Amino acid sequence: MPWAVNEFWPILMLSLWVSGAAVLLSSIIGIPCGIWLGLSHFRGKRLLAAVIHTGLALPPVVVGLVLYILLSRSGPLAFLGWLFTLEAMIAAQTILALPFVIGITMSSVAAVPAELSAQLRSLGASGWQCRWTILREARYGVVLAVAAAFGRSISEVGAVLIVGGNIRGHTRVLTTAVVLETGKGDFAFALSLGGALLLLALSINLLIVRLQGSRLLS
Amino acid sequence: MRDDPLYRLRGIRQSHGTDFCLCVPQLDVMRGEVLGLLGPTGAGKTTLLRLLAGLTTPNDGDIRFDNAPFVASDLPLGTRRRLTMVHQSPILLTGTVRLNVRYGLQLRGQRDAERKVERTIDRLGLNKIASQTARSLSGGQCQLVALARALVIEPDVLLLDEPTAHLDPAHVAVVEETIRQLQQERGTAIVWATHNLFQTRRVATRAALILSGALVETAPTEEFFTRPADPRTADFVQGRMVY
Repeated sequence: MPWAVNEFWPILMLSLWVSGAAVLLSSIIGIPCGIWLGLSHFRGKRLLAAVIHTGLALPPVVVGLVLYILLSRSGPLAFLGWLFTLEAMIAAQTILALPFVIGITMSSVAAVPAELSAQLRSLGASGWQCRWTILREARYGVVLAVAAAFGRSISEVGAVLIVGGNIRGHTRVLTTAVVLETGKGDFAFALSLGGALLLLALSINLLIVRLQGSRLLS
Repeated sequence: MRDDPLYRLRGIRQSHGTDFCLCVPQLDVMRGEVLGLLGPTGAGKTTLLRLLAGLTTPNDGDIRFDNAPFVASDLPLGTRRRLTMVHQSPILLTGTVRLNVRYGLQLRGQRDAERKVERTIDRLGLNKIASQTARSLSGGQCQLVALARALVIEPDVLLLDEPTAHLDPAHVAVVEETIRQLQQERGTAIVWATHNLFQTRRVATRAALILSGALVETAPTEEFFTRPADPRTADFVQGRMVY
């Protein structure tokens, strides 16, 4: 595999870029949604929570298929021209990561004692200061939500394979490369890619554990 | 000191479902006084304190604060920040004791926060635990920290819900002395809910009795304990079961 070393780093960087962008997008959308859902009470909230939790088990290939149909030449989103591009892969991973961010953030915020809000207000907190403090109290859960979203994104293969097309040097990421190399019988390279994937996930989780124990989050 | 009431409550009714209703036909809280709120568990002391703290709105009746309408759902932040309540089961924030004590000042963006924080920590004897995390504290220590984070704000009104329930006698004395100082130095109005008759007699300038949600009697402390107008008050202060 002489070409493999040259190919490895671009694939790794592309994986980080796609998953990083998806986690960022899903966090921007999902954290405020999770906070709102965690703090508010309305009719149908439990049903909505059940739908979000169902999203945790969303099959990636189904997401990939639906997105493919939407983005294909005859689909309603064809004008975006995203099919077999990084944008489509980021969109797919964002959809898959979003339920993790919303669901875990919602549960963490809801787990903060309801009476805390009254106690903060009696100390002089405004509505925003109250919400911000509650988010701070739920921060370990929010960090966990982002970590789970990253885990979902970086290890996902079905959706990015369908909408990205696994094009060499363009849309090939770690997971799709593993599938390809296994198919070709280059197990050594496939295994090294798989090892890199595991190391990446481990590094991110170690960083989170470190953050949770550090003053940054205390 | 102005002699018009700080709080003026008229015809207050506050019910929780069908089981409980707090009825306060008339109650004034004067500036700079310590009003001891007595009554058995479940009588309605906490409900009354929450009304005074602007945390709940009564079903009926009118509350005025400093001659202005006092509506919990529409309370200006400036008014809310003049009063603070120490809850019976305080919830402390994740982080150190010092962070918890600093919180109220941080909300107000006060510049000399550190000096006030250290002074309050010192007053309540919290120096040894100031750098400990709130999670590692005992129930009594939590109560002291909750009191410290309220006192540091130097409010115009301090609402205390059983603030010394989990404390040893030495700390009870420290708390009573600290609150007495605050009241004398700043003229803070204090409403102090407790079961403890002796404590009310020590700290309050006026005492009130609530039984089963009804305000039975309000009188200057000495009169309340020695010449109560209502026979139920006489029974209560003599330790007889009146509920």
